[in-house]
Amino acid sequence: MSRIKEFNLPDLGEGLTEGEILAWLVKVGDVIELNQPIVEVETAKAAVEIPAKWAGQVRSIFHPEGSTVEVGTPIIAIDTDPGAGPIEESTTDTPSAASLAAVEVAPSEGAIEPGLIGGPAPGGRTAVLVGYGPRTTAAKRRPRRADVPSPTPPASSADHGVAVGDKPASIATIPAPQVHDRRNGAGLVLAKPPVRKLARDLGVDLGVVTGSGPLGSITREDVQRAASGSATAAEPLTVAAPTTVAASFGADREQRIPVKGVRKLTAENMSRSAFTAPHVTEFLTVDVTRAMKALDRLRGRREWRDVRVSPLLLVAKAVLLAVRRHPMVNSTWAGDEIVVKDYVNLGIAAATERGLIVPNIKDAGRLSLRELADAMTDLVQTAKAGRTSPAAMSGGTLTITNVGVFGVDTGTPILPPGESAILAFGAVRELPWVHKGKVRPRQVTTLGLSFDHRIIDGELGSKFLRDIGDFLADPEAALLAWT
Amino acid sequence: MAKGDPGVTTRGRRAAPRSKRAAAAAGDPELVQLLTPEGERVETSVGPDGTEYRVDFTDEEYRGLYRDLVLVRKLDAEATALQRQGELGLWASLLGQEAAQVGSGRALRSQDMAFPTYREHGVLYCRGIDPIMPLGLFRGVDQGGWDPNEFKFNMYTIVIGAQTLHATGYAMGVAMDGKTGGDDGEAVIAYFGDGATSQGDVNESFVWASVFNAPLVFFCQNNQYAISEPLERQTRVPLYRRAGGFGFPGVRVDGNDVLASYAVTRHALDNARHGQGPSLIEAYTYRMGAHTTSDDPTRYRIASEVEAWQAKDPIARMKAFLTRQQIADADFFAAVDEQARTESVHLRERVLAMPDPEPATMFDHVYPNGSPELDEQRAQFSRYLESFEGSAH
Repeated sequence: MSRIKEFNLPDLGEGLTEGEILAWLVKVGDVIELNQPIVEVETAKAAVEIPAKWAGQVRSIFHPEGSTVEVGTPIIAIDTDPGAGPIEESTTDTPSAASLAAVEVAPSEGAIEPGLIGGPAPGGRTAVLVGYGPRTTAAKRRPRRADVPSPTPPASSADHGVAVGDKPASIATIPAPQVHDRRNGAGLVLAKPPVRKLARDLGVDLGVVTGSGPLGSITREDVQRAASGSATAAEPLTVAAPTTVAASFGADREQRIPVKGVRKLTAENMSRSAFTAPHVTEFLTVDVTRAMKALDRLRGRREWRDVRVSPLLLVAKAVLLAVRRHPMVNSTWAGDEIVVKDYVNLGIAAATERGLIVPNIKDAGRLSLRELADAMTDLVQTAKAGRTSPAAMSGGTLTITNVGVFGVDTGTPILPPGESAILAFGAVRELPWVHKGKVRPRQVTTLGLSFDHRIIDGELGSKFLRDIGDFLADPEAALLAWT
Repeated sequence: MAKGDPGVTTRGRRAAPRSKRAAAAAGDPELVQLLTPEGERVETSVGPDGTEYRVDFTDEEYRGLYRDLVLVRKLDAEATALQRQGELGLWASLLGQEAAQVGSGRALRSQDMAFPTYREHGVLYCRGIDPIMPLGLFRGVDQGGWDPNEFKFNMYTIVIGAQTLHATGYAMGVAMDGKTGGDDGEAVIAYFGDGATSQGDVNESFVWASVFNAPLVFFCQNNQYAISEPLERQTRVPLYRRAGGFGFPGVRVDGNDVLASYAVTRHALDNARHGQGPSLIEAYTYRMGAHTTSDDPTRYRIASEVEAWQAKDPIARMKAFLTRQQIADADFFAAVDEQARTESVHLRERVLAMPDPEPATMFDHVYPNGSPELDEQRAQFSRYLESFEGSAH
């Protein structure tokens, strides 16, 4: 027994209770050295590599990549003396039964009061002893209360690694979306600071709560009542199932997929944006035949021979030129002021294996068409390889989502938080179209522009969309006229 | 290197026009440097007040400094690994700062007193102290206490900047005891980081040390980040220039250059021991790792910045120098690596063997000579522990 050593996931950061296995750096059968990196684990504080505690041969790996593991749970078994011949099977492939119970058994979110260590904190984070954890993970502190119910472990230990259907954590435990109350600073609602904090923790917008306290102030009970109501209202948004996961249904013919990582971040961002920014969406259908021909001519040029030229490039160019004519669309609603930006960090929504990410091209307005083409190619390749850095995904000011690649005509995109406009670019189709008085087959696409009505009125939004359309209808003329 | 060997010479101030030698400091006229990142030796480097810094080591001493750097890095890496394996609660790695610590640590004479932060593992090593000493603290099996007088090395101080006040008081005591004024005088060194310079404690220390002419060297390892806060949020002037406002000299040294760190520190300590008062050294360096094992530096700094500092690695430049000058060969480097490996494995084994503390020991160091009240509390607590069935304690 002592030959096979099980390594338990340690507390990697002063009081954390769990971590997510990001990547295994070794596989079963590998011979490893002391302190050789074996696994990359992400906690609420950091993504770190764990070095091997013993030299030897990897005997078993207990948790697949992507699984969340409680501190103290065995994650790997190492044969510390592989040269000494075979060993009896009983000690090898499964971790001790007691330790299995800890896997994926997270106390329900509501068990810890908001504001306490281990409880939910602003922005969907988890309060920890030192600072706040990131938004993207759900690592929890050890609960302070002893009365947290402990769910029973999965009955079968044979498929403990991938027992998605057996997980006790259900989608119902997803916290309510975190809505940022932007009116606090303006003093329009009356509420005591602890009540404001409670509202923030529970994701309640104080602006829509009716106060029952003195002078119409909002009380703790008002917030709690509002929280229990809003949680149900928001539910449909948070349970979009990722399409990449193969269906694995339980006996009840329902599949429960833990919400985490990119899916969780997307859900938080979209809920936050959908419930704070009043969106308007407008559509425009454009004959882009000339633009497509222009693209062909561009591809034919010697200096563009090795460049990837797609219709999206022209749409990006159109957006950047139109922003120059209507700077107000490139702005952020900051509560009591509107921040208009002189630079465009152009976001391109990309569907990747890990989910939707929106990296952006910094200061895209200053790039030549050729530089823009290179930047877009680079951005897409980086995203597909899963190497997009956090920096590349932050600071976006205006976004294009190319839903056309999925073969659909248009959509009503939701604004990325902090941005005021997003353009959906639909499929380019050959359709009958009235051209110079006759019905002709023409290349036609539909643009959908969502914008934040707090900043952008219908007139401005329409002009902006019209300009994008004008450019795509006749790029040469638009370039001559505008630049 | 033999302890107490001067190994350094400094000449009188304003010996020659500065411009002629300023280029030696690798394009940065503010930085004292004796070994460039490429491993080129610079004969002499001049500080802002005109002091000329140079070192004059034997080959054996050069090799000794290299060995120190490698060992300190390896032991530090072992401690980081132990934390990742759940054997330490926390570790503050010194990765990247080895030269500043070894250079200044080796510049201390045996009678000098050091006041560390919680990251001075390299200085501790150079004091000849067993590197296991602070690990009990980070493993949570003791309270990090040791006899500062025995080691001439104060306890690790977690509170940012607090040790500079302790050091100032201690140094004022040294002066009042008449222990300064000659080659055998005692000097004091206080370690802190760039973030600590924004603390009231550090600024108060500057005032007191200055007006009481305390024999104290303020050794600031500017590793560019106060956890996640970059240097530009700490200061609008180079940190070493702050000393001027308090009335004592300041100098910036290449903290990744062990030779320059040694020369500058030795000079400052000697000034202090001769009764010439305090000075500030800003060792310009970079924390290559995380602030502590609980930190993720990729969230606040970019990879290209880390790579740029990688090119200034303190060990790589020393190795290049030793190789080029044929002071050391491949056998020597292999032997040092092997020694580092052996010592780190030994350290690991001893850490894993550390016993859990007896609960009653928490009463041991409350008062130097105990008290009847404390004895009663200890007895009560012991009776309580014994009331548990099968209690080992």
